[in-house]
Amino acid sequence: MTALSPDTAIESAALRSDRARLEREGDWQRLDAIVTAMEKGRLRKVSDEDLLALPGLYRTVASSLSIARETSLDAATLAYLDALVQRAWFVVYGPRTSLWDWLRNFLGGGWSRAVRAIGPDVAVAFAVMVAGVVAGWLLVAHDPDWYFSLMSRAAAQERVPGASREVLHGTIFGNDGQSGMSVFAAQLFSNNARVSIMAFAFGFALGVPSLLLLVHNLALLGAMLWLYHGVGLTLDFAGWIAVHGTTELFAIMLSGAAGLHIGRAIAFPGKLGVLASAAQAGRRAAMVMTGVVLMLVIAALLEGFARQLVDTTPGRFAIGGFMLAFWIAYFFAFRGTKRFREQGAGEGRT
Amino acid sequence: MRELVTPEGIRLGITLASRGARFGALALDLVIIGLVMILSTILMVYLFGSVIGFERGLDGEGGGGTGSLQQLIAIVWIVFMFLLRSAYFLFFELGPRGATPGKRLTGIRIAARDGGRLTAEMVIARNLLRDIELFLPIVFIASAGAQSGPGWTAAGAWFAIFLLFPLLNRDVLRAGDVIAGTWVVERPRRKLEQALSASAPAPVQAARRKLWRVGRRKGESESEVPVRSGGPRYRFDEAELAVYGEYELQTLERVLRENRQASIEPVYFAIADKIGRNDGYNDERAFLEDYYTQLRARLEAGMRMGRRKADKFSDAG
Repeated sequence: MTALSPDTAIESAALRSDRARLEREGDWQRLDAIVTAMEKGRLRKVSDEDLLALPGLYRTVASSLSIARETSLDAATLAYLDALVQRAWFVVYGPRTSLWDWLRNFLGGGWSRAVRAIGPDVAVAFAVMVAGVVAGWLLVAHDPDWYFSLMSRAAAQERVPGASREVLHGTIFGNDGQSGMSVFAAQLFSNNARVSIMAFAFGFALGVPSLLLLVHNLALLGAMLWLYHGVGLTLDFAGWIAVHGTTELFAIMLSGAAGLHIGRAIAFPGKLGVLASAAQAGRRAAMVMTGVVLMLVIAALLEGFARQLVDTTPGRFAIGGFMLAFWIAYFFAFRGTKRFREQGAGEGRT
Repeated sequence: MRELVTPEGIRLGITLASRGARFGALALDLVIIGLVMILSTILMVYLFGSVIGFERGLDGEGGGGTGSLQQLIAIVWIVFMFLLRSAYFLFFELGPRGATPGKRLTGIRIAARDGGRLTAEMVIARNLLRDIELFLPIVFIASAGAQSGPGWTAAGAWFAIFLLFPLLNRDVLRAGDVIAGTWVVERPRRKLEQALSASAPAPVQAARRKLWRVGRRKGESESEVPVRSGGPRYRFDEAELAVYGEYELQTLERVLRENRQASIEPVYFAIADKIGRNDGYNDERAFLEDYYTQLRARLEAGMRMGRRKADKFSDAG
């Protein structure tokens, strides 16, 4: 007995829909094999030829499905095709950008565009932060007991109301011999990243907790400013904060603004409807937040190293001022690299 | 079950992941994260110790030059812990599979709700929110102290809000899904089965030979092997086929695929009774296969003409 060729099999199939199936089955099996390999993470085992054929095969099989829905009553085949098209759709429309490409696009304009897109929220966050500093100052100026409501005694260490000028001076100068600075920096980063992610995520509760978090953190700064002002170290303290603060506070402001942006989108969805509006704002805010984490890494490095190594106020102001100018220029003057602008025009999305 | 339209305009039936599968996936992921955290901490303590030991052996006193090495180990550990907590989900969901190991094991994955591409921003957004959904209550308890009643109450209330969130909307979205525009769906998996009606001689013959060998070993004769060969043995006329519709056809398909004598017999009797024939007795499977093929041929011909008969009660076709 000889094996029959596929052509004979097609001819001898009783039903027209089965003949159609036998003609197309090869494509289905090939797509199935490619998708299965990719699902198992064996991308390298998929040949270039197959990879190039993937989008075309996906469309072919998708049209097979459309045709089968109109002409075939074979439930098993229909279910198989439905599942196969869905699996291929996951692969074809999955997250396909490489991390490197994404990062280049992100730094080359995506991030600054996202920050500009939440501009109004950034302005509100900035105003809230200024108000927080003023509130902190006024509270402790009115009643120094407030100082410990804002800051725990353990965190305050020697920095308490009534401390002498020498003690306070010692907390901001002459720490360059300290060991373990880099561990300190890593810890600072880990903590700050948590706080800022929280400020962002609280946006889900309509943004109110995000703002409260900003007020609380900045009131603490205001209280410390008052403390150092009392012994005539205002400018030195400002310099001590400025080294990393211009980056860190900027990052915290952005995370609060991102939270507020989401909160606004949920509270006032406008024409889009809550879900679509929240999703759009969420993606924009996620871009901002990725950058915030990056800024916090830089801030932690500045705090852990630069502040300890540069022991003079003018030098500290120079570093902090430069960072501030850099961020402002990057976010509000930089419109993206040439490559980004060319791609961004096509995508048209923020 | 939800319908999703791809950018090509094809409707796909998407099955949302069950709450149980999602909970299982999360539990698995947390166990994996916890294990890695414990193991890496043990490793760090071990490295730390051996660095000190090495230094002692070298010059008889600790500290000094190894300080920087210990610092490096500590930095690596702190950064690694941060990444494990914040980037574990991100890393796996950004991959082509769109699923963490836990999700992969429970057979689910994430997808864009609008049918378009799942972008990096979506994955980042949905995972940033995980921090408050999941880890914040733990922070509450940690900062309030394990003995604190208000701490547990606050954590419990917080947990309840976010745990109940997926129960309160029809697409089982958690807060992160709402923000990102994603949802969690089942990963479909299905084998292409042999068409029942395609009596292509080659596969049938192959199957027949195999079954025949099995039959021989059991001491049965070839004639008892229930495989149909060649063309139809039973022919049904127009009136006999006009009785049933698509629903019955697909029920019949399911019964034939399951291929259990206990369900084939009653189905045979039901059909034979309805169309008034009894010539398939003791050859039920072949009878039903032929009936299936001819009924499908008839219904599909009707489809091409734009006439569909949904079930035996509808009169179209």
